Amino acid sequence: MSEKSHVISTLVEHKPGVLQNVAGLLNRRGFNIDSITVGASEVEGLARMVFVVKGDEKVLEQVIKQLHKLVDVVKIKDLDPEYVLKRELCLVKVKTSKEKSRSEIIEYTDIFKAKIIDVCDDFITMEVTGNPEKIDSFIRLMKPFGIKKIARTGPTAIARGHH
Amino acid sequence: MRGGDAIIQALKDNGVDTIFGYPGGTVIPFYDMLYDSDLKHILVRHEQCAAHAAEGYARASGKVGVCLATSGPGATNLVTGIANAYMDSSPIIAITGQVVSNLIGNDAFQEVDIIGITMPITKHSYQPKDPNDIPSVINTSFEIASTGRCGPVLIDVPKEVQEGELDEYVLGTIPTPGYKPTTKGNSKQIAKAAKMLLEANKPFILAGGGTILAGASEEVKKLAELIKAPVATSLMGKGIIDENDDLSIGMLGMHGKEVANQNVNNCDCLLAIGCRFSDRTTGKLEEFLPNAKVIHIDIDPAEIGKNVPVDLPIVGDAKIVLNQLIKELEGSNVDESAWFKSIVNFKKSTIPRVSYNDFPLKPQQVIKEIANSITEDTIVTTDVGLHQMWAAHFLDISKPRKFISSGGLGTMGFGLPAAIGAKVACPDDAVLAIVGDGGFLMVSQELATIKEYDIPVVIAMLNNRKLGMVYQWQNKMYDERYSQTDMGNTPDFVKLAESYGINAERIEEVDKTQEILSKALKDNEPILLDITVEKNEFIPMFPPGGAITDVLGEYKYESDVKNIDLDAKDQSKDSQTVEGGK
Repeated sequence: MSEKSHVISTLVEHKPGVLQNVAGLLNRRGFNIDSITVGASEVEGLARMVFVVKGDEKVLEQVIKQLHKLVDVVKIKDLDPEYVLKRELCLVKVKTSKEKSRSEIIEYTDIFKAKIIDVCDDFITMEVTGNPEKIDSFIRLMKPFGIKKIARTGPTAIARGHH
Repeated sequence: MRGGDAIIQALKDNGVDTIFGYPGGTVIPFYDMLYDSDLKHILVRHEQCAAHAAEGYARASGKVGVCLATSGPGATNLVTGIANAYMDSSPIIAITGQVVSNLIGNDAFQEVDIIGITMPITKHSYQPKDPNDIPSVINTSFEIASTGRCGPVLIDVPKEVQEGELDEYVLGTIPTPGYKPTTKGNSKQIAKAAKMLLEANKPFILAGGGTILAGASEEVKKLAELIKAPVATSLMGKGIIDENDDLSIGMLGMHGKEVANQNVNNCDCLLAIGCRFSDRTTGKLEEFLPNAKVIHIDIDPAEIGKNVPVDLPIVGDAKIVLNQLIKELEGSNVDESAWFKSIVNFKKSTIPRVSYNDFPLKPQQVIKEIANSITEDTIVTTDVGLHQMWAAHFLDISKPRKFISSGGLGTMGFGLPAAIGAKVACPDDAVLAIVGDGGFLMVSQELATIKEYDIPVVIAMLNNRKLGMVYQWQNKMYDERYSQTDMGNTPDFVKLAESYGINAERIEEVDKTQEILSKALKDNEPILLDITVEKNEFIPMFPPGGAITDVLGEYKYESDVKNIDLDAKDQSKDSQTVEGGK
């Protein structure tokens, strides 16, 4: 069995219970959900849900067909990894107890085009967006300073250009 | 008009005359409004039976069946029936009460998240929060339940919504932008299918429950005649073609007819219509259809390619697609092939043998007696277990919607309430429930419903004092270690029925079944027949996970019985108390 990561973008009715229904279906059919993002879409009353899932290739087709059967699901697309734009938001709170830390952190923040959104005596909180790999690197660099907390949204995604 | 009145009005506006239900705390407002209405309500004695009865009603009539229960335990008791309807694609609507909205989420008395619980087993669900939405919610639920691939829809109505006043009763629809079932087949695919069928030397048709839901009986026959192909069915497809017809070779599957099971793998083109290739139908997938191209017609795209690789998919309604296909094929002259003739001969030489015995009666002989006492219009429901497979095997059904059984879910206890629903839907047809002693005991309280509403169903209980199907598996595959399958202390079923005011008879003698059944069906009176049958009589099967051609047990043929006039059963039964038993 080949377990590959897929980004599935769905357009659903913006109603209670839809997330539960879609997530439940993926789960029941043997897909592990790595992340879910939900938000309003370009159509009023419809929300876009983006799932990053891992599972057997063969099962994927079946899962997409099953998703189509849900009355609240309007559109589904398994985004082609070659043409997908993935972006994630991450908030990181790091210790700044050492004298030097603060300036180093600020430098990294610049390099990663991150934003400092909160500072206090011994913590600094940053907001970084980008593809998940970029966020992974940023977190790796922050580790030595002492990470207090991380909150990641998981990636949302959209297809490039005309795809 | 209040919410509860709107439920009643919207049901009536959707053609509902009868619902099956059971009151409780959160549906008291609804029942209070029902009190003044002319909507007929059948008070079942357990909510599960309300759902099964609604399904029996739906499957006998082709209409949508409706059941109703209170919140909490009432709703959870519906779950098995909803799951059964989901697995067998039966259009039912389940209405549940819910605690008042401001208590939802507080673990209120008799609160469960029934929408969450039933999410995997419903086609869709609604929880109207505003009484003004009720008519449209109900209207749309009917649309969803009965179109595309049919299935159950749940409507969970909080108590205060039932009581709330409507501004105006508007029977609209709730927008469903994501719901667009495909009914018409793609014309290019149809043309390809026609070509494949004409090129095939050994075509084979497998018809499932979808053909019955689509009302495609005539079309299946016409197509089979056009391409000279034998027609096998799944359990759910039984009755789509007259099983006495030469074209029909009966049920395919674990307990299927030998002619179907042994020939399907020889075909070079399988046309599957409205079936989902259940593991009970195909056996081991790796050894199913080694040489065949597969054309699969189904209204549900998710069924195509799910279990069996498909060469040509056609998404659409079975009746519409078959008509398209027939139009494409009309005019082409297909001669009766050697393949078709060989199958007809195979069928004639492997007519399953009915063994006879004086005591205890053999289940096959009981089914045969049943077959002799019913007409082609009798609706037969079954429970789940050995008796069901005996019935599927030995009862030739000639018309669709006349054989109603729990297929996908395999729900013991289905047969009796389904019979009640079928009789309510089709009062002019005789209705016979074939049940086992195990399943009957799960729902025997419904005798009270039958008496109360004078619903004349005839119950033929094949009583082997065992959980026969499991007992058979233990016999064949578990070294005869009969763990917990002996029903031991069974009640006196005759007295049990009589205590409900229902006539009953114990049958232990040959020919009594036929005599009593014929009379009961003619008299249109409810009766329970407790028929003692042999426990060690097993139906041939392929083992679970085995190939369709593997046979555990032995097929016996009528043609093996020498010097016996097959029409004169009386002679044959004297001459043999035969195999099967130990």
